[in-house]
Amino acid sequence: MLLEVKNLTTEFKLKRGIVKAVDDISFTIDKGEILAIVGESGSGKSVTSLSIMGLLQKPGKVTGGQIFYKSQDLSTLSKKELQKLRGNQISMIFQEPMTSLNPVWRIKDQIMESIMLHMKLSKKDALARTIEILETVGIPSAAQRANDYPHQMSGGMRQRVMTAMALACNPELLIADEPTTALDVTIQAQILELLYRMREKFHMAVMLITHDLGVVSEAADRVIVMYCGKIMEEADVRTLFNNPMHPYTIGLLKSIPQIDNDSDERLYMIKGMVPNPLNMPKGCPFSDRCEQSMERCTQEMPQLQDIDGHKVRCFLHDAKEGGSAKQ
Amino acid sequence: MSEVLMDIQDLAKHFVIDTNFFGKPVSVLKAVDGVSFSINQGEAFGLVGESGCGKTTLGKILVNLYRPTSGKLFFEGKDLTVLNEEQRRAYCKDIQMIFQDPYASLNPKMTVGDIIAEPILINGLLPRNQVEERVIYLLNCVGLARHQRNRYPHEFSGGQRQRVGIARALAVEPKIIVCDEPVSALDVSIQAQVLNLLGDLKEEFGLTYLFIAHGLNVVKHISDRVGVMYLGKLVEVAPKKELYANPLHPYTQALLSAIPVINPEKKMERIILEGDVPSPINPPAGCRFCSRCFKKLEQCKLNEPKLKEVSPGHFVACHLFD
Repeated sequence: MLLEVKNLTTEFKLKRGIVKAVDDISFTIDKGEILAIVGESGSGKSVTSLSIMGLLQKPGKVTGGQIFYKSQDLSTLSKKELQKLRGNQISMIFQEPMTSLNPVWRIKDQIMESIMLHMKLSKKDALARTIEILETVGIPSAAQRANDYPHQMSGGMRQRVMTAMALACNPELLIADEPTTALDVTIQAQILELLYRMREKFHMAVMLITHDLGVVSEAADRVIVMYCGKIMEEADVRTLFNNPMHPYTIGLLKSIPQIDNDSDERLYMIKGMVPNPLNMPKGCPFSDRCEQSMERCTQEMPQLQDIDGHKVRCFLHDAKEGGSAKQ
Repeated sequence: MSEVLMDIQDLAKHFVIDTNFFGKPVSVLKAVDGVSFSINQGEAFGLVGESGCGKTTLGKILVNLYRPTSGKLFFEGKDLTVLNEEQRRAYCKDIQMIFQDPYASLNPKMTVGDIIAEPILINGLLPRNQVEERVIYLLNCVGLARHQRNRYPHEFSGGQRQRVGIARALAVEPKIIVCDEPVSALDVSIQAQVLNLLGDLKEEFGLTYLFIAHGLNVVKHISDRVGVMYLGKLVEVAPKKELYANPLHPYTQALLSAIPVINPEKKMERIILEGDVPSPINPPAGCRFCSRCFKKLEQCKLNEPKLKEVSPGHFVACHLFD
């Protein structure tokens, strides 16, 4: 087990109230595993990754739970010790390649910074390593492009530079926050292919945060579905797509136009929208949009049940009540 | 199919990036470079391509936000490119647009009701005292409540804002709506709501759509015919089912194979294209796709392929089909 998150809760204290962006979530990532976290905007998937990295900005704060990396509690580490892990053993690809690179630094200097800091290489060796990693991520004539500034590159190139920066020190855990969302499909295919290759080569674990279920189905080993800061369902990728149990997951899967589907029928719709985080419904957060919502769903919060390794938070599958697993 | 509503002939839009001392252009961005196709009355024509391929520029030419550099644009048989600004404006009512970013395309200082009423008043379609009734009707059409007309855009979610944008486009009773990536900024569960709404409105008002998007699954869902653009050129046009079942152009094939399929059992045989889209400033000679093509021939670097019909309704611009 590489990373273990236990009962993590992250809150944002706002003037109008407290928003629980991440609400008591627990999961693990093994070495070499690709874990996908899916959810819509506001589901808390990005906040989860920032909490792990210790990069939360005020007013956000981890208010509960622990994060263990190689059985070491990250919250007990000093800033300096954390710095040693970050960018070295755990690194992150940010969502927006346009805003996450420093516009006044050359590409090579931005990548060399972390290499020199963590790998203790000389400037010359660090530059060689930089060019090598830029080649790995598929930047043509890397030695020349390393001298470019971010604005001289296209979106796909910048995303590859971000990826190169994250991979520079051969991390054991890569947190990729929507690594392909800003990209075109042909470039997306290149980046996903690259993540796959890196996993094979260095046995790197990836926490892949995305809202694209297609990407999840292609890339992930295991999937967590989040909604309003809570884990709604967790299963290995085959089980989740073949036998989704939570009404939210089922709705999401049905509402996407499929490329291999020829029918012109209306799309399935999940009615309504994500509730206001300051005004959450009592009980299950999905209860006001759920077609199978029962009296009980609006009153109490269902627990995350483990049914043979397939976890689901829904009263329809409540083992104690003898609820049947519906298809 | 029925009659042609809009006929686009060899349309081009070039942006001059840099000029020399004498004002002669030395560097030209050819955003749209000789595109021809037609849109039939009552159909949804999907236009797909990656960022920078010129699909949005093309849409903006149709709604008169850009003047084309060359080429012709026939609307109901009348060439719009020869009209002067005032005459051209008379046709704007018939050709409306829904924009990509619902956060940027609504004026934050106007109430939603005023946003929808504005085009009606500008075009003088209704006397002032009947406008409010019409706004309420339009809000109902797009699934918003009448009391929401007094609210400001920031009080709405992304999906609701996109509905406001749709209501604004509908306000002047257009014949064709250019939908520029109307759902790509929205969450998955909201996308389906907006796509279904667009489908319903098309039925209800007998609309014609030019549906611009990069998501091939979305285009497939809503379109009748699909055109694929690459670097300012149309490389393939075909009826939807034909295009997805039997893509001919290597670029279309790569694009289709790159889409992740939601089925973990079925790992697609991927065609991974090398490199990036070349810059539209001084693009490669010959076929524009030849720098990334996995089936390129000797002549691809020299001659530019023309769009030709290889089977009924299926057009492709590639030397493989000469």
